[in-house]
Amino acid sequence: MDNAGLILALAGAVSAALFAGIGSAYGVGLAGRAGAGAITENPDLFSKVLILQLLPGTQGIYGLLVAFVTLSQIGLLGGGAAELTAGQGLMYLLSCLPIAVVGLISAIYQGQTSVAAIGVVTKKPDQFGKAMLFPAMVETYAILALLNSILAVFSL
Amino acid sequence: MKKDYTYAVARIRGREMSLFGQPVMEQLLSCGTYEEALRFLADKGWGDPEKPLTAENILDAETEKTWNLISEMVKDMSVFDVFRIADDYHNLKAAIKLAYTKKEMDRSRLFVTGGRVEAEAVEKAARERDFTGLPADMAKAGAEALDTLLHTGDGQLCDIILDRASLEETYRAGKAAEDEVLRDYAVLTVAAADIRIATRCGRVGKSLDFTERALADCAELDTEALARAALNGTDAVAEYLEKTAYAPAAEALRQSPAAFEKWCDDLIISHIRPQKYNPFTLGPLAAYILARRNEIKCVRMVLSCRQNSLPEEAIRERLREMYV
Repeated sequence: MDNAGLILALAGAVSAALFAGIGSAYGVGLAGRAGAGAITENPDLFSKVLILQLLPGTQGIYGLLVAFVTLSQIGLLGGGAAELTAGQGLMYLLSCLPIAVVGLISAIYQGQTSVAAIGVVTKKPDQFGKAMLFPAMVETYAILALLNSILAVFSL
Repeated sequence: MKKDYTYAVARIRGREMSLFGQPVMEQLLSCGTYEEALRFLADKGWGDPEKPLTAENILDAETEKTWNLISEMVKDMSVFDVFRIADDYHNLKAAIKLAYTKKEMDRSRLFVTGGRVEAEAVEKAARERDFTGLPADMAKAGAEALDTLLHTGDGQLCDIILDRASLEETYRAGKAAEDEVLRDYAVLTVAAADIRIATRCGRVGKSLDFTERALADCAELDTEALARAALNGTDAVAEYLEKTAYAPAAEALRQSPAAFEKWCDDLIISHIRPQKYNPFTLGPLAAYILARRNEIKCVRMVLSCRQNSLPEEAIRERLREMYV
């Protein structure tokens, strides 16, 4: 197949956006349900709960960022697709995997941790800062995966 | 598809904030008179403002509020059958006795809400002696109880048929329940009821046959051994319990029936307490229902002690541990 390299690279870009996006949709949805429950009882919590709900949404953005960079690198955004060997295409695919896989899993766990944090804020609104730290810690690994993918894609 | 309780649990977290803890119970206890205690509860938002301020009205309204809240959030209420079966059998018992005596009585004082079947349907079934519209186990027990009552006129025999059927159905519902809280609750409810029945039978000198008939099957207790122990009194029952998983209950049972009841309720509260930190599953909802029941029971105790001018000490020794 002549364009196997391009297909592999495109598969990498698509995976980054797809899996990280799925994870974020799940995480934000889960935290949103908890947030809705919390504000049903106390509408004053809206802003705090909204921040906690948004935390698992970042993985989707990271995945999209890696997908854009990859598409740009392989020339698909500019209109002129680069000539890639299968080996080069595979390298793009592998470069995209960290944010695809870690993005998916970390967004799900971050959503669950956000739900727990919403429980804390419901009972103790003044502990919002501390409660937010727990889901924020999960973000660390999504950021590490983003750095890994971005550096790898740029260096190819 | 697995049921999702994330929204409901988050709402319950908010509601848990208004549950009575020990400090609020202390405030209630410090109310000098029955009327003062009622006013304190009304100030806390208890009761229905449109109804007169009486203990029964307040406590009934709170029970109703709990079930209304839960039914708002949970579409399939059958997950809580473990809690609702006893109410159904209570209504069935009342309906059968009403049909037998043919007396005209105030329905609101006889029947309770919160069961799986409407009280009117239960009453109609007993009046027409056609139980086919009720859940299968209930229909069978209802027909047997009514038949026994008509043939023997023995209300106690009718009661033990229905009580045993209620406990056994609760036990089966608990075993089939998806959540650990419901499973634990069902087992403890049936085991505690068996211990209570055996102790009472022993105290009033009932025969071995009667006691065995009254005890509900429960894998956690050997009902035959329990019934035999009951023949020799409360100490023998306590001795038997020491050989079972309910060994800690033995001391409470020796102390007094009230101490045993308190032991059972406190055990349930200690079982459900970890649900305060569980953000998913049905467990926190079940725990909230149990916490509300416990709260209502404690308030009922305080009010009835105040109404009967009992000393504060008598109330304190009966007060249960609170969930929050």
